[in-house]
Amino acid sequence: MAAPESYPDDLKYHHEHDWARIEGDEATLGITWYAQDSLGELVHYEPPQEGTRIERDTTYGEVESVKAVSDLIAPLSGQIVQVNQKVVDEPETVNQDPYGEGWLIRVKLTEPAEADDLLDADGYQKLVAEQ
Amino acid sequence: MVPFAGWEMPVQYDGVIPEHLAVRNDCGVFDVSHMGEVEVEGPRAREFLQAMLSNDLDRIEPGRAQYTLLTNERGGIVDDLIVYELDPFRFLLVVNAANKDVDFRWLKEREIAGSDVRDVSDAYALLAVQGPRSIERLELEPAPPFTFSVGALDGVECVIARTGYTGEEGVELLVMAEDAEQLWDSVLERGAKPCGLGARDTLRLEVCYPLHGNDIGPETDAISAGLSWVCALDKEFTGVEELRRVREEGPRRRLVAFVMRERSVPRQGMAIVEGGEVTSGSHSPMLEQGIGLGYVEAPRAEAGTEITIDVRGRERKAEIVKKPIYKREEP
Repeated sequence: MAAPESYPDDLKYHHEHDWARIEGDEATLGITWYAQDSLGELVHYEPPQEGTRIERDTTYGEVESVKAVSDLIAPLSGQIVQVNQKVVDEPETVNQDPYGEGWLIRVKLTEPAEADDLLDADGYQKLVAEQ
Repeated sequence: MVPFAGWEMPVQYDGVIPEHLAVRNDCGVFDVSHMGEVEVEGPRAREFLQAMLSNDLDRIEPGRAQYTLLTNERGGIVDDLIVYELDPFRFLLVVNAANKDVDFRWLKEREIAGSDVRDVSDAYALLAVQGPRSIERLELEPAPPFTFSVGALDGVECVIARTGYTGEEGVELLVMAEDAEQLWDSVLERGAKPCGLGARDTLRLEVCYPLHGNDIGPETDAISAGLSWVCALDKEFTGVEELRRVREEGPRRRLVAFVMRERSVPRQGMAIVEGGEVTSGSHSPMLEQGIGLGYVEAPRAEAGTEITIDVRGRERKAEIVKKPIYKREEP
C-alpha cells in the first residue's frame, strides 16, 4: 500500500526531492513522498557501493519505476556506511514507507555544515506546492 | 496525462502494476479510441487489400478478423493492423494512431477502381476489455479468437470483437464516438478496472506483441521481426519479392525476447554489447524481472544465449528466451 502524503518536521530536504535525517555526524538519506508518488511503484534500486564517497548535489544512484528512471541526488556530502539491502530486494518498500523502512543509504558526513543549506519541512512543502 | 499521437492519454489511473495485474487476473478496460479506423469498400476491395496486406485475406470470411501487415516495396512494415471483414465488399482496418494518416495516404494513393478507401477514425471509439474474467463480466457468449459480431452491451450498440493486445481473453468494442462514454461507464459498472498506456505496454511486452515504432517499422522486415506467420509469401503483395529473398537467404538479424539475469530494467535504445539494440524494455510485473525485445545477429538468436545489456554504462546479463516471455500456467 502506498503511504499517505507527509513531510516529517525532523528531516531536512533537498530541492531535488531527497531527505536527510541527521544524527550527530551521520545521516540517513532517502527520497520524499512527492518523489515516490511522481515515479509510481518502484521496481529497481541501483545503489552505490558502500565505502564510496558521495558529494552534495551529485548523483549517487538510481531508482526506477515501470515508466521512468530517476537519479538520486545527494543532499549532503559523506562516505557511505550502509546501503539499505531491503530496498534493493524490495524496491516498493520506498512507496510503502519513504521515511522509514524505505531509506536508501546511511553516510558519515564529511561537510556537516552543508545541512544549513537544506530546506526544512515547511520550505520543502512550499516548493512541492509550486510544482 | 501525456500527449500521444495528438491525443491526451492516461499513462495510468491507479498504477501500472495494479492495472497490469487486474488484466492478468480479472478484467481491465483500456480506452484505445486513438487507434485509427480505415474502411475499404467496393467490389474490388478484397483484390486491392490482397495486394496491399501481407496476410492472406482468403483465410477469413465475414465475421472474422486477421492480424496483418501493410508493407512497403523493401518488405518493411508501414504498419501492423487488424483487418475485419464486415461483408465480402467491405473491410475495416484498425491501425496504430501514430500511423493513421500515413496508412490512409498509402492506401489512397494506390487505390484501384472499384475499391474506395475512407478514413472513418473520427466516427468511432474503441474500448478494449481484457482479462480472464472479461467475458463473464460482460455476460457474453464464448466465441473463438479473431471473430466478431454486431451486438449491444447494456443497450449500447457496438461491434464486439474477440481481439486484443494483452495476450488475455477479452474483447474490443468498436462503438460510435458519441456512445463511447456510456459504454465506458457500463464496462466500469461491470467491474473492469480502468487501465492506461503504461499497463498496455507491459502487458503486450510480456507476450511479445511487437510495437510499431519500437520493434517494427518501415526499415525492418517481417521475417527478421519473427512475423513470417502473417506473411503469405505464396501470394503477391507489396515487397513480397524482398521478403522471399530474406526468407531464402535467412535474415541477418532477428527480433528476440530476453529476460534480465541481473537486476536491471532494460529500456528502448540501449545497446546489446554483443551486437544489436533493445527495441522495447520494461519491468515485467508477472516475472518481477526486467524484460525486453531487441535485434541481435541471427547466429546469436537462439533461446538460452546469454547477452549483455548496456544499462547507462553498466553491463548487465540477460538471457534470450522463447516467445512469449510470459505464458499463463495451465491448471
